[in-house]
Amino acid sequence: MARKVLTLAEVRDGSLRNVSFEAIAAAKTIAEGGEVVSVLVGDQVQAHANELIYRGADRVVVIEHPNLKFYTSDGYSQALKAVIDKEQPEGIVFGHTALGKDLSPKLAIKLDAGLVSDVVAVEEAGGNIVFTRPIYSGKAFEKKIVTSGIIFATVRPNNIAPLERDESRTGSVEALAVEIKDLRAIVKEVVRKTAEGVDLTEAKVIVAGGRGVKSAEGFKPLKELAEVLGGAVGASRGACDAGYCDYSLQIGQTGKVVTPDLYIACGISGAIQHLAGMSNSKVIVAINKDPEANIFKVADYGIVGDLFEVVPLLTEEFKKLKVHS
Amino acid sequence: MNIFVLMKRTFDTEEKISIVNGKINEEGAEFIINPYDEYAIEEAIQVRDKHGGEVTVITVGSEEAEKELRTALAMGCDKAVLINIDDDVEEQDQYTTAKVLAEYLKDKNPDLILAGNVAIDGGSGQVGPRVAELLGIPYVTTITKLDIVDGGKVTVVRDVEGDEEIIETSLPLLVTAQQGLNEPRYPSLPGIMKAKKKPLEELELDDLDLDEDDVEAKTKTIEVFLPPKREAGKILQGEIADQVKELVQLLRSEAKVV
Repeated sequence: MARKVLTLAEVRDGSLRNVSFEAIAAAKTIAEGGEVVSVLVGDQVQAHANELIYRGADRVVVIEHPNLKFYTSDGYSQALKAVIDKEQPEGIVFGHTALGKDLSPKLAIKLDAGLVSDVVAVEEAGGNIVFTRPIYSGKAFEKKIVTSGIIFATVRPNNIAPLERDESRTGSVEALAVEIKDLRAIVKEVVRKTAEGVDLTEAKVIVAGGRGVKSAEGFKPLKELAEVLGGAVGASRGACDAGYCDYSLQIGQTGKVVTPDLYIACGISGAIQHLAGMSNSKVIVAINKDPEANIFKVADYGIVGDLFEVVPLLTEEFKKLKVHS
Repeated sequence: MNIFVLMKRTFDTEEKISIVNGKINEEGAEFIINPYDEYAIEEAIQVRDKHGGEVTVITVGSEEAEKELRTALAMGCDKAVLINIDDDVEEQDQYTTAKVLAEYLKDKNPDLILAGNVAIDGGSGQVGPRVAELLGIPYVTTITKLDIVDGGKVTVVRDVEGDEEIIETSLPLLVTAQQGLNEPRYPSLPGIMKAKKKPLEELELDDLDLDEDDVEAKTKTIEVFLPPKREAGKILQGEIADQVKELVQLLRSEAKVV
């Protein structure tokens, strides 16, 4: 059954987030041959429209308004509701990002719809669109279908492969004028706390530290390693509780759930709550002084040793690799 | 101030998950207040202590949830409400839960509603914003700071993937708690004693003028499964410097991730 499916594209720091392309790929599966329309919302974002076409969108609708400069659920829901009313899609896909998580339930109510959040895989099976999503922070998974109304889902970054970029793809780009007003919550200020833009949930490489890092200062070699690999730094609850780093870096059952290609755990013992947050990573490396540490049970590669000796050596080795390649 | 907390009873984070007859096995599992809801409860109590009023903690669940409601009362909530829909509703999703909660809240004139930003079991994070939208009030999710000034103006700090947004809004308002909002207290012994006498109201779907059809789930779980078990991998041997070299080689040629 061919469906028209809408996706929401997200711009961060002046460029499209990868999850926008992953949402298009998921939408293609749901559309079963139908049209995929990407929606670009913000203040001066039109320049990104063609990229969405190259990534597989059949058409792009752009909604620009000064009141859409910062995300607010009121502003964005007005924009999205307008385009949904006009397009009458049978499916919608957002990224399961801070924005997508915040906005999707509100729209689901407006559409009197169900919503499958945090999807890691989507397929057509037995006449249904079947979504796979983690439950219990990844300790288990469930398969879900939508039984009534519009098929609405949010997809977890880094899990659904985007389509190959292809500049020969063509499609129309249309502007839609929407009055955005009566915002009941106003963003006064954005305080940047994350370093150089690599978001934990989207990072391909994560270097994470635990209690073994011993201090805030101790995270420095981890940051250097992450930098060489173009990755992000994360932490265990132990390290956050001890005050070595901000809670926004915490990975685990409380905290973020991540699925990078490479996860390097440094001085992390591997409590079950932490494993829930990272054990679905593609490749796990553990560095720990204690050979009995739980983390070695899930690691693909382990080095038993002092992280303050191992991590700088690793950074050097990757630097050499970079120079050679 | 009329304050409500939306609470969920969840598996303890220490619990391993097993599946029996296609369902998550709850036999013998320890249950707790969803950790993010604990922050919501703590914040609600602090707001009440500062501004006056009453805190009512609500859950949609089975009668077993009375234990977690009593814990919330022991922490300092004033009243508890258990909405038990187990007998009436077969398939339940976030649509169901939000409808039930909003129906209960709609004539209660809430000033402030707090919830956890996500439950660590289902992990959807939908119910809070859904309830706010059904009630027609604004919401802010994943907050790490809440300041209410007289006249109902509110300043909120919101965690956005590690960055912070400073948001100005006003009551009535729903917020969902992120880690770092506060340090939830443990129930004190006198608190536990007092909690036994605090009111705990039990309601069913009928009491809310809702039919099963009104809250029928829009989604359905068709399968639950465990992830493939990760096998312990290779512990490298030899001098540390050689191990590091070997690791980089393995990541490059065997795992192909760098």
